[in-house]
Amino acid sequence: MAETYSRELHRAGADATSRLARFRLLLRRYPLGAAGAFILVVFVLAAIFADAITLLDPLKTNAPEKLLRPGGGHWFGSDVMGRDIYSRIIYGARISLAVSLGATAIGSLLGVAIGLASGYLGGNFDLFVQRIMDILQALPLLVLALVTSAALGPSLQNTIIAIAIPMIPASARVIRANTLSLREAAYIEAAQIQGMSEWRIALRHILPNTVAPLIVLATAQLGSAILTEASLSFLGLGVPEPAPSWGRMLSDSAAEYMRTAPWLVIFPGAAISLMVFGTNLLGDALRDILDPRQRG
Amino acid sequence: MTAYLVRRVGLMLLTLLGISIIIFVLLRLVPGNMVDILFDSAGMVDPAEKTRIAAELGLDKSIPEQYLVWISGLLHGDLGFSYVSEKSALREILPRIPVTARLALSAIAFAVLLGVPFGVISAVRQNSAIDYGLRVISLAGLSMPSFWLGLMVLMGFAALTGTLPVYTEAPKTTLDAVLLVAVPAMTVGFRSSALIMRLTRSAMLEVLRQDYVRTARAKGAGAGRVNFHHALRNALLPVITVIGLETAFLIGGLIVTETVFNIPGLARFLVESIRNRDYPIVQNLVMLTAFIVVMINFLVDLLYAALDPRVRLGA
Amino acid sequence: MIADPILEVEGLRTVFFTAAGLVRAVEDVSFTLRRGEVLAVVGESGCGKSITALSLMRLVPTPPGRIVAGTVKLAGRDLLAISEAEMRDVRGNAMSMIFQEPMTSLNPVLTIGDQIAETVRLHRKVTRAQAWDRAVEMLRLVRIPEPAQRAREYPHQLSGGMRQRAMIAIALACDPQVLIADEPTTALDVTIQAQILDLILQLQRETGTSVLLITHDLGVVAETAQRVVVMYAGRKIEEATVEDLFEFPLHPYTNGLLGSIPHLAAISGAVAERLQEIPGMVPALSNLPAGCAFAARCARADDKCNDVPPLVELRPDHIVACWHAGATP
Repeated sequence: MAETYSRELHRAGADATSRLARFRLLLRRYPLGAAGAFILVVFVLAAIFADAITLLDPLKTNAPEKLLRPGGGHWFGSDVMGRDIYSRIIYGARISLAVSLGATAIGSLLGVAIGLASGYLGGNFDLFVQRIMDILQALPLLVLALVTSAALGPSLQNTIIAIAIPMIPASARVIRANTLSLREAAYIEAAQIQGMSEWRIALRHILPNTVAPLIVLATAQLGSAILTEASLSFLGLGVPEPAPSWGRMLSDSAAEYMRTAPWLVIFPGAAISLMVFGTNLLGDALRDILDPRQRG
Repeated sequence: MTAYLVRRVGLMLLTLLGISIIIFVLLRLVPGNMVDILFDSAGMVDPAEKTRIAAELGLDKSIPEQYLVWISGLLHGDLGFSYVSEKSALREILPRIPVTARLALSAIAFAVLLGVPFGVISAVRQNSAIDYGLRVISLAGLSMPSFWLGLMVLMGFAALTGTLPVYTEAPKTTLDAVLLVAVPAMTVGFRSSALIMRLTRSAMLEVLRQDYVRTARAKGAGAGRVNFHHALRNALLPVITVIGLETAFLIGGLIVTETVFNIPGLARFLVESIRNRDYPIVQNLVMLTAFIVVMINFLVDLLYAALDPRVRLGA
Repeated sequence: MIADPILEVEGLRTVFFTAAGLVRAVEDVSFTLRRGEVLAVVGESGCGKSITALSLMRLVPTPPGRIVAGTVKLAGRDLLAISEAEMRDVRGNAMSMIFQEPMTSLNPVLTIGDQIAETVRLHRKVTRAQAWDRAVEMLRLVRIPEPAQRAREYPHQLSGGMRQRAMIAIALACDPQVLIADEPTTALDVTIQAQILDLILQLQRETGTSVLLITHDLGVVAETAQRVVVMYAGRKIEEATVEDLFEFPLHPYTNGLLGSIPHLAAISGAVAERLQEIPGMVPALSNLPAGCAFAARCARADDKCNDVPPLVELRPDHIVACWHAGATP
């Protein structure tokens, strides 16, 4: 698999060295990954241009128009307060993306810093950090996020923090393992002999070599962050009303109406599933491309 | 072996100690006075009562003292008192344990029974239409929030039978009783089964490349014997480790699914306690969760050692 | 006196369909293994000798590989024509195989005894206990000390040489008519190599099994085999008795191979005293030249070599495929 890929890439490189050709090749070789990337791009564009592609205010309640079936006026129907589901879903992409990207970025950054320090410094510091990571990993992601979120109080920022913290150990572990193996590598020794400082070596040499596994991990974490945000909001402990969070839209009130107004359940859940599905498709393809050890 | 066990148990205790500190500190970050919160949620008004409860909770003591009181209580089996339901936490928790345990075990059984065979099929038929189909389905399974899957299942039930498999009253028939457990168990287990399938597939692909699989074929063993007796036995070793790690994952599923299906289990109790801001209970439930996760990981390690002869004797 | 043939291979052709194109791993290979003899198949790695062995057992990984032509007759029965179920009955029973990597060829989670007994139970109607007794007996036969105890151990508890003995025990447990040994000593320490070869020879004499020995090592051939088939780039290029081949190597490639072995170079008068190396590299099987595949590395090559040379019997029982066979370079 690996050889075939590089050979094909090589051949394509011989035909046309342009980036476009390489890109086309990747698309042809990983159609599912390309589909995932496409799904994500659509959601990102929807979130950016939400104002342009919706007509109704997602927050505006309109009692006479409550619980309308999907149709001309409301593409995806309206909720119990007469708000337009379609608008809420488009604006909901903003919240979902903000929380998941924010949490993944914060979690990864902290994880990278901790993992680099832990792997590079070693010794008692490493042991201590490892124990802390054990502790964070012994609690289910959702439980830790729930308690953190409850402790900090419901808000967008706090939801991001509550999801970011449980994500730290995974990236810290990956970075630490990579750092440990790279520390022994010949070119690192060469840098040491040249008198490069420890931190400079860590940042200039070790970090760039751990980027590939980090990207793979971050993509996987992005999906789980989207799901955790939805779960928190579903349980009423995530992004508070009236913000149109997809999980919140599915919360108890929607469950009450599921016999009479199934569109309240179907559309937000479909939006969550589709976005996570896109992330997972992309993540699988990235893992195949970037992490040859895990290739199947 | 003994040295390993001692070390392992020591690490477990250390982890639990760490968790207790983190949870304790986290819940002290809650804005507002704990007694006020409890008062609000329990709907009490008498100010004398307020001082009494503050003293009872030990809130007049220093933070480290409060922590020591809590931990020694836990060690003596005192799980505290729920001010919302006005019952001892133990009486709230005990009847919920079998409910959640039954759901969790059924979900794991469902996940393994579905995930392992399909993972094997997917690997043996690598790159076939079946393989692609199973991979897309499993990825879709991983992408659906389990509470949404639960809601969709409920909607389907409502549309087909006009009834809902939720706990409203005691089940009348055996079928009802089975459905009450099976439907939510499948909802939680589906996600885990997708994960187990993917893991089994990649582990099998790795194992099927091994020389000993060729040896088995050279002996004249048939495909079934080669795939299950020789390959799967080896492939399951990494899968078992991950099943242990995934307990945490499953607990997340239980939390939302018990809420959706209105199941009076521990996981929903945790959410309710958080919502009711019944923090002494939250604190203890989180410790219980951590204890379960840590224990399961320990048991999985022991199971692994029992199944892999290289670990068993190498340790 | 020439013994009856037990295994007759005729026009065997195995190809691999890869992204890099069609790879002709085995191209029109024929040879005969006689009852009770040791026949060696020799060549550098990548010459198709291992694929030939796997083809005989019908163990070529499919896809990407496939046997596209030929017959493989075991005691007169064409193994390429029978069903997979019938073939399973042959493997490990009438014909069995041992592999190059004893470290990885045994299942790590099953005991040695179980793995030997499995073969017995697959092919003989015996009880579990009888199969186990047979396993212990086989371990004793392959000179493993304390066989009853070793049978209960796992592969990782055995050394490389012990594991290869266990592999031999598995292969011989059902008294096969043919044993295919694919580089059985290559992965082992030099001291162990000789022991394992001796063992195979002793057991071959005791049981009357015919042995097809796949090796890259002409030293091994000299010590064990009666006849040799030399392969190059998927084709058989020379076949002779061991004595004749070493004394009168006809193909320039065989000549080169002999010249690259230190102690043989001293014995053989056909090569210069200095140790020779064959210039150039083995061509990729996916991109073979039209004529003789060795031409690019051959000092004798000329225009004639643009056509594939036929196999001709230049000496009694000594055939070779070369337009310039036997000529001095």
